Amino acid sequence: MSESTVARPIALDAGAPALPGLMRASWLVAQKDLAIEFRTRTAFFSALVFALLGLTIFYFAWDPTAVASIDLAPGVLWVIFTFSGLLGLQRSFGVEQADRAMDALLAAPVEREAIYLGKAAANFLFVAGVQVVAIPAVALFYNVPLGSIWLSLTGIAVLAALGIVAVGTLFSAMAVNTRLAELLLPMLSLPFFVPIVMAAAQTTSRLLAGRPESEAWPWLRILLGFDLVFMLACAIAFPYTLDE
Amino acid sequence: MVPGSRSEARSELPVVEAEGLIRAFGGRRAVDGVSLTLHGGECLALFGPNGAGKTTLLRLLAGLLAPSAGRCLVGGVSLRADGGRAARSRVGLISHASMLYSALTARENVEFAARMYGLRRPAEAALRALKAMRVADRADSAVRALSRGLQQRVSIARAIVHEPLLLLCDEPYTGLDEVGSAALTEALGERRAHGAALLLVTHNLSEGLALATHAAIMRRGRFVRLEERGQVDGASYASAYRELVTADV
Repeated sequence: MSESTVARPIALDAGAPALPGLMRASWLVAQKDLAIEFRTRTAFFSALVFALLGLTIFYFAWDPTAVASIDLAPGVLWVIFTFSGLLGLQRSFGVEQADRAMDALLAAPVEREAIYLGKAAANFLFVAGVQVVAIPAVALFYNVPLGSIWLSLTGIAVLAALGIVAVGTLFSAMAVNTRLAELLLPMLSLPFFVPIVMAAAQTTSRLLAGRPESEAWPWLRILLGFDLVFMLACAIAFPYTLDE
Repeated sequence: MVPGSRSEARSELPVVEAEGLIRAFGGRRAVDGVSLTLHGGECLALFGPNGAGKTTLLRLLAGLLAPSAGRCLVGGVSLRADGGRAARSRVGLISHASMLYSALTARENVEFAARMYGLRRPAEAALRALKAMRVADRADSAVRALSRGLQQRVSIARAIVHEPLLLLCDEPYTGLDEVGSAALTEALGERRAHGAALLLVTHNLSEGLALATHAAIMRRGRFVRLEERGQVDGASYASAYRELVTADV
């Protein structure tokens, strides 16, 4: 056995760094993703423009004599929200694909679940940012009074966003390595988004119509259940999507 | 470094110890029963034709791929224990792909890595690594604004920021100019002097042999030659390598 260099015995655990735990690592990933989005702003502005254009198209296609604005607005809001959210989800793992940054992320001493949670957190803020503009825009276009229900609507928006990013982040990771990633993500995600859009739209329409809260509860429970089940299931399933 | 057996003569723990590593994709074994042991200060230069399984072996040792069979310890810790976190924290990976985020600056990229490895002073560590790769003057430039060579230097800074015990290098000199190559050679030498082991995958025999304490040729997922650098004669090694490579064509 030859040695061309002076090799010191290695002290493996002396002064070892404190590896980041699940939450810390998730936050680091989320922070990094948000910093990239803040620098480029491409996905956010694309999603925003898409949402506003979608609203405009729906507005001009709407016959106010046939359908009341209060009946139409909830459906438009959540459909627009779902499709614009997909633009952000598409980008979520796309940034890891260029120059194989994903390899460095996977080689880091963090749990795989932290990557999922970090990505989901960044996606949640992205989707929430789009909602902050889209919801008042819907109210403006369709002349819908949000004054009394804004707090409840915020709650619904948060629950819907959680469901969408829980499923969408997982499918984004699955789709990114395929040749048809841009097509595959909506194809995989949209069937799972149906219960979210349905529950969110039904809850919103009941709130807008001034119906008793008890009528909205069953839909809200569906939304809550969906979030809980899919956040847990997707976090557990995520590491398996990374296997080559 | 002895293939397939542990080195009994040494008292210190091997940096990396792999036994019977197999990785199959479908029915094809990209890595087929590779065993190796590397101690601190050692450098294995790994040569082989395209598709020989070199990169797959590196990805197995980096914890990016799970082996189909066999085991691998880094610093005495299994890559399977604790989800591989402890073992992965001791490994640095340099590849011909930069593995950087082009929208972030060089400093942000390296600092992000430092935080992911739990370093106590990530900003200082990042600056130190960038200085080691002689790219600190461009620390605040976005990676996309840097040339390919400078990106590669930042990528190497990212890989060494946590002072890994095992450095896995896949064609690390790709795209580097003279200054970058010298900085890399110096950084690799410095890591080895601190007890790190190196596994260097390259197609350039002279480049690999210049750094190596051991040399191996891989073909069809196996080591077909493995010897100490002292036993290797550059010219005859080159012709033996060519014979092995052309035998595959």
